[in-house]
Amino acid sequence: MRYLPKSPADREAMLKAIGLCSVDELFAPIPAEYRLSRDLKIPRQMAESEIVDYFRQRSRENGEGYTSFLGAGAYSHYRPVIIDSLISRGEFLTAYTPYQAEISQGTLQSIFEFQTMICELTGMEVANASMYDGSTAAAEAVMMAVRLTSRRSVVVARSLHPEYREVLATYATHQGMPLSVASFGDDGRLNLTEFEKLITPETACVLIQSPNFFGSIEDVAAIAEIVHRHDAMLVVSIAEAVSLGIVEPPRQADVIAMEAQSFGVPLGFGGPYCGVIATREKFVRQMPGRLVGQTVDRQGKRGFVLTLATREQHIRREKATSNICTNQALVALMVNIFMTVYGKVGLKELAKQNLAKTAYAAGTFSEHGKVLFAASPRFNEFVVQTKEDPYAINSRLLGHKVIGGFPLKKFYPELGNAALWCCTELTTRSAIDTAVGLVAESERSVRSPKEADVEEVTR
Amino acid sequence: MKYNPRVNEAVARVEGIANGHPYQPEKISQGALQILKTLSECLIEITGMDAITLQPAAGAHGEMTGLLIVRAYHHSQGRPRKKVLIPDSAHGTNPATAAMVDYAVENLKSDSRGMVDITALEAQMSEDVAALMLTNPNTLGVFEQEIHKIADILHAKGGLLYMDGANMNALVGKVRPGDFGVDVMHLNLHKTFSTPHGGGGPGSGPVAIKKKLEPFLPAPVLMTKSDGTLGFEYNRPQSVGRVRAFYGNFGMFVRALAYIQANGPDGLRQTTEDAVLNANYIRKGLEGTYDLPYSTPTMHEVVFSDKVQAKKGVRTMDIAKRLIDYGFHPYTTAFPLIVPGALMIEPTESESKEEMDLFIEAMKSIAEEVQEDPQTVLDAPHSTRVSRLDETAAARKPVLRWKPAV
Repeated sequence: MRYLPKSPADREAMLKAIGLCSVDELFAPIPAEYRLSRDLKIPRQMAESEIVDYFRQRSRENGEGYTSFLGAGAYSHYRPVIIDSLISRGEFLTAYTPYQAEISQGTLQSIFEFQTMICELTGMEVANASMYDGSTAAAEAVMMAVRLTSRRSVVVARSLHPEYREVLATYATHQGMPLSVASFGDDGRLNLTEFEKLITPETACVLIQSPNFFGSIEDVAAIAEIVHRHDAMLVVSIAEAVSLGIVEPPRQADVIAMEAQSFGVPLGFGGPYCGVIATREKFVRQMPGRLVGQTVDRQGKRGFVLTLATREQHIRREKATSNICTNQALVALMVNIFMTVYGKVGLKELAKQNLAKTAYAAGTFSEHGKVLFAASPRFNEFVVQTKEDPYAINSRLLGHKVIGGFPLKKFYPELGNAALWCCTELTTRSAIDTAVGLVAESERSVRSPKEADVEEVTR
Repeated sequence: MKYNPRVNEAVARVEGIANGHPYQPEKISQGALQILKTLSECLIEITGMDAITLQPAAGAHGEMTGLLIVRAYHHSQGRPRKKVLIPDSAHGTNPATAAMVDYAVENLKSDSRGMVDITALEAQMSEDVAALMLTNPNTLGVFEQEIHKIADILHAKGGLLYMDGANMNALVGKVRPGDFGVDVMHLNLHKTFSTPHGGGGPGSGPVAIKKKLEPFLPAPVLMTKSDGTLGFEYNRPQSVGRVRAFYGNFGMFVRALAYIQANGPDGLRQTTEDAVLNANYIRKGLEGTYDLPYSTPTMHEVVFSDKVQAKKGVRTMDIAKRLIDYGFHPYTTAFPLIVPGALMIEPTESESKEEMDLFIEAMKSIAEEVQEDPQTVLDAPHSTRVSRLDETAAARKPVLRWKPAV
């Protein structure tokens, strides 16, 4: 029993102290007919070496050693080694939620710094201690706008991450929040004239993403002006946090719902990640999620506590701003350490490297395929349109240990044979050249997308 | 607090597991998908349910997913119904979740034993009730002994029994919610399956359900394809939809599975037995020193009240603060709400007998201090860098970020 500190003698002594003869008596309150009289049918106990071996094997079946051009809401950036060194300390790793402030100052101060740096980066006045991820943060931000405006309908950009849109639809269904979708124009950005027509006096907010799902940077200032003219709120989702190193933050927004995974959080097959909501001070009492505030102790010494809990479920129950309780604390700490390690200058330099890699890749691709939305500014993603089905191309690339761009057909059939490619500072020039070469080769000898090998990579 | 095995951290950092992209082709994601499948099968067996989704990111998120499934089910039966019954001992996330899914919350009283009042339940149950959200063992650490009656009352009127299974530390390997009539439940991998608490997260809140609710699971759903490989099925017309981007907090699945593997069936059962033994040992040790508002048998946690100490002006929070000086992380204070001045103590299986003896001794010593020198307790903690931070001031004039001096 690997994780149990008691000896059989300890157990016996404890039972005796309680006045019982057997441990079964402790379970007497459970009606006998429901008590399990057999072993659970789960794998037998494994030695630590077997456990390690099991996961190493699964790792080998899981894309180990491939060069990837996938982004689409989950980004591969370098993670400074110190992140794992620090978060592995027991004081952070195993610590309980910081309800007892006196013995939680380390956790609380780090959250306070996290809130501060997120404000600095986004141009907002307050940020919470984290949400589950970017998708749920966006949905919660929209619900926050609904409460603040007492209006119910929502306009969503089609260029918002498709899975974020799906999550919002799930949340909105039972909140009686009608959603309408605003399309994108030829430049991949929100079609402003068409979009304004969707705003009605019942529109609580408009939700856009910038850089959007195609990597294009939206004209947030122009969008904000339109939205505010109709007394609605603007919620901006940011899925690629590294963009904040160089792209002007969407400070005209009323609420920013962010995914901070890019800041030092492993891809981890989709989670855990780190959502954040940031907003104006005047909206803070409608903001969901935990918040840390600065205060003083009885001797006047500076310290930190969880605060404004009257918004939260444990106090307000069914009248709370959200049901969120556990958030992504340890992941937020990774983000915090990442921001601290890179700092102002480093983050800008990092963003520049992403831009440069992407510019090179998009330029090289455009010699062999069509790079869509080239007219609008972009960060580290771009859409390549090909003659051949991207699933077929990707199937061939896989043979060369390259994972090609994310095929867009499932979510954006109107774009035809298109895929979303992503480059980060980790993408090497030779990897770009190899990928472009293989795509070009494919394009020269277009095959039917109905071949068997295509099916294998269809999701 | 459970021990967080460090091998879990090591395996979560193996290259292909830590760096797998959620959109990499399924063909080269079989390792991750196999982990999802094996963990799903283990959790289904442990809960005695028929199917599961691992997508929800935390317990409260699981609750929302579970109630969305409840709503979708009733909707398919003709109408979604109007309200959810919630015992007064429930965690605050339960009513908050019901509100998010547009159900009215109706409070259900506990009886003198701290259990669901069966007569009250019978009176309140109607065809407008979508579900009862039951925590079992409840937040008093009490097992609902009349669980079969509760389930029957719900089911007779077409309602569903929802179980908040955030804390399964009293049940794993000993009894399965699916066997005692639960239709839908969520788990909390950081409470029961040893993923690290991390100062407040990340969690992971899988939702396990009975067969009839399967069509409503969030999309995508894991499936075995005709060629024997694993993949995701997205075409789920009756699904409640997606509750999170990608597939959930995968890194937590890895850790939970490693924990289950390290224990095996006998290890998990022993773990549960030790957790219940520990709670009862503390109860025995402190009974008579602290007031025990409900004498009903204790499972994995025991709830005392500060009734005796309050006479000296010392409340549960003061005792908790003094406990810090003795080198212990305080218990949960002021919850559940049905016990005024509650001291909720959950030692888990991870504490040794020696540690618990020290804890009992410390609690007794504090009780003595309360009688002889209450001010020492009221001024606690004395050993920390800061003491008794001003929470009222923090909330009245919130300072939520650092600003450079001007």
